[in-house]
Amino acid sequence: MAEKTITIKVLRYNPEQDQAPVFQAYQVPFSDDMSVLQALLFIKDELDETLSFRWSCRMAICGSCGMMINGNPKLSCKTFLRDIYPETVRVEALNHFPIERDLVVVMDDFIDKLERIQPYIIPAAPRSLAQGEYLQTPAQLEKYEQFSSCINCLLCYAACPQYGLNPEFIGPGALALLHRYNADSRDGASAQRMELVAAEEGVFNCTAVGYCSEVCPKHVDPANAVNQNKTTAAGNYFMSFLKPRGTSK
Amino acid sequence: MSKRRPYVRPMAGWWRKNPFFIEYMIHEGTALFVAAYALVLLAGLVCLALGEAAWNGWLGAMKHPLVILFHLVTLAMIAYHSWTWFKIMPKTMPPVVIGGKRLSAAMITGGGLAAVALASLLALGLFWGMTR
Repeated sequence: MAEKTITIKVLRYNPEQDQAPVFQAYQVPFSDDMSVLQALLFIKDELDETLSFRWSCRMAICGSCGMMINGNPKLSCKTFLRDIYPETVRVEALNHFPIERDLVVVMDDFIDKLERIQPYIIPAAPRSLAQGEYLQTPAQLEKYEQFSSCINCLLCYAACPQYGLNPEFIGPGALALLHRYNADSRDGASAQRMELVAAEEGVFNCTAVGYCSEVCPKHVDPANAVNQNKTTAAGNYFMSFLKPRGTSK
Repeated sequence: MSKRRPYVRPMAGWWRKNPFFIEYMIHEGTALFVAAYALVLLAGLVCLALGEAAWNGWLGAMKHPLVILFHLVTLAMIAYHSWTWFKIMPKTMPPVVIGGKRLSAAMITGGGLAAVALASLLALGLFWGMTR
């Protein structure tokens, strides 16, 4: 009996040869337990070693293998051929990012934004080793835990048309992480981060499309983080009129 | 010399490329009907201020079959707008904790829709009582 195969169409782009990306089709042996990432690895190992893509852990925690699969942002390690077969699998680099080569995107913009949100705890009053650890109640943990599951896979950016239209926008992922630190009872740098939240490139670029939360493989719900901060930023703005000059933040 | 030449894909027609975005554009589009109906009511208010003749003119215009059709279409559009508005509401709020448990998204959406239904019935009852 002939082996079952599936067609994988990959958007190829070689900056040294191509003016624009073009699709290239490959026939890959199909099995029930194969992920799209495994299919790409088969192509690279057996059919075409020039194909470039990022991957690492194969189990949805490293966040490297995000790509557009049949038009939706997905982790290729977490997307199975059996859910698409016998249709063709269409694989493209993540939307809204410049293509470096094939499925590899230029991430510099996101890395820069990640740095700007200061994604680490800045304690209001640092404790010495002798004072021991920072204590936190389960209720305090609950406030930010969901937002700490982000793996920086960028699927939410590929799902956000506002980021695609205006790349200045800090975007869903970085804003969710910003909220994760602002909502942490051990952190004291909320005022600094709120400046970015309320800035031109901040939360008010969001028009509540909500697709970022749909595609998040870790159920972070970035749309919730962004929209909660719209309320907080607007509240701070109006409260600033009630405070003496020089102290408004 | 660098061989890098990152390719930026165009955004033109972005909303037609994904059913999620098409639905988003439709539910944002229904907001225009909300605005249009606010203008109809505003016109009524202006006519009321202008005097009895203008007010009766406005009332007469409201009875035109095309205007009634407009009302039915607008009602459907506003109903759809409310549905999508409350569907996204849980994403726009801080977590609501009642008795140590977080209120589910379905409860928030359901609560919003129930509030709309109740307010509509209340308004309807009130006007019915006033005009009988």
